[in-house]
Amino acid sequence: MDDKTAVAREQQAAELATLLPPVDVIEDATGITLYADLPGVPKDRLSLELDGDTLIIEGQVDMRMPEGMEATHAEVTVPRYRRVFTLSKELDAGRMQAEMKQGVLKLHIQKAEHAKPRRISVAAG
Amino acid sequence: MDYSLFPRDLFGELDRLQRQMQQAFEFSPSIRGFSRGGFPALNIGTTAGSAEIYAFAPGLDPATIEVTLERGVLSISGERKGDAPAWDAKASLHINERFAGRFHRVVTLTDDLDPNSVGASYRDGVLHVSIRRSAQAQPRRINVN
Repeated sequence: MDDKTAVAREQQAAELATLLPPVDVIEDATGITLYADLPGVPKDRLSLELDGDTLIIEGQVDMRMPEGMEATHAEVTVPRYRRVFTLSKELDAGRMQAEMKQGVLKLHIQKAEHAKPRRISVAAG
Repeated sequence: MDYSLFPRDLFGELDRLQRQMQQAFEFSPSIRGFSRGGFPALNIGTTAGSAEIYAFAPGLDPATIEVTLERGVLSISGERKGDAPAWDAKASLHINERFAGRFHRVVTLTDDLDPNSVGASYRDGVLHVSIRRSAQAQPRRINVN
């Protein structure tokens, strides 16, 4: 591999680099609630994609910075977030509710009717 | 690759290995240590007339964030409530990665900043603090006669 392809590969890797946002996943009788921290991502730069049973969360950081600013210390070095989840069959992907508030995504996925917990009555014999 | 002075110290070796791994994956390890574990993450920049601090602290009520500047030391603190369910609720927590609890981060800035002209705003979960440099510290062009 010559130097040029190495540099091109490095550039490509930098373009594809994403941050893994931290999440909380909570399950109750009605379904699953996912919270994801995506600071700096406005509502219109968030993308939720469902491909089969794969859920892809992507967000682009969009911050207004003053003209001519020089970064002196950076802990967030990549302006993109991406995280992929596989949904299980009992979840009804058609019934998702998403809400974005101050950089936190709240996503609720309902369980399919047949998968909701039911109480089984025991008949006395 | 650097080697430990005491190769028989197993825990030291493991610790060193972990740090090397982190360093390899981190784009720019900072002098203040690794960004992992620090909440909120901070990005700092400067312009000719100001210092700009961005704190990545999503999901907060802006009224509860405390920002103080004293002799060039900026302190950002507050509390973030978790969304985890109560123990008695019929819910289970499968993944729990998001930060919850009190946080406090302190940054030492240059001492040419004006403590009277500090602006702070909170948007999309990012706290932006902008501090102007005091007038006498701004670069000036000196005319040569």
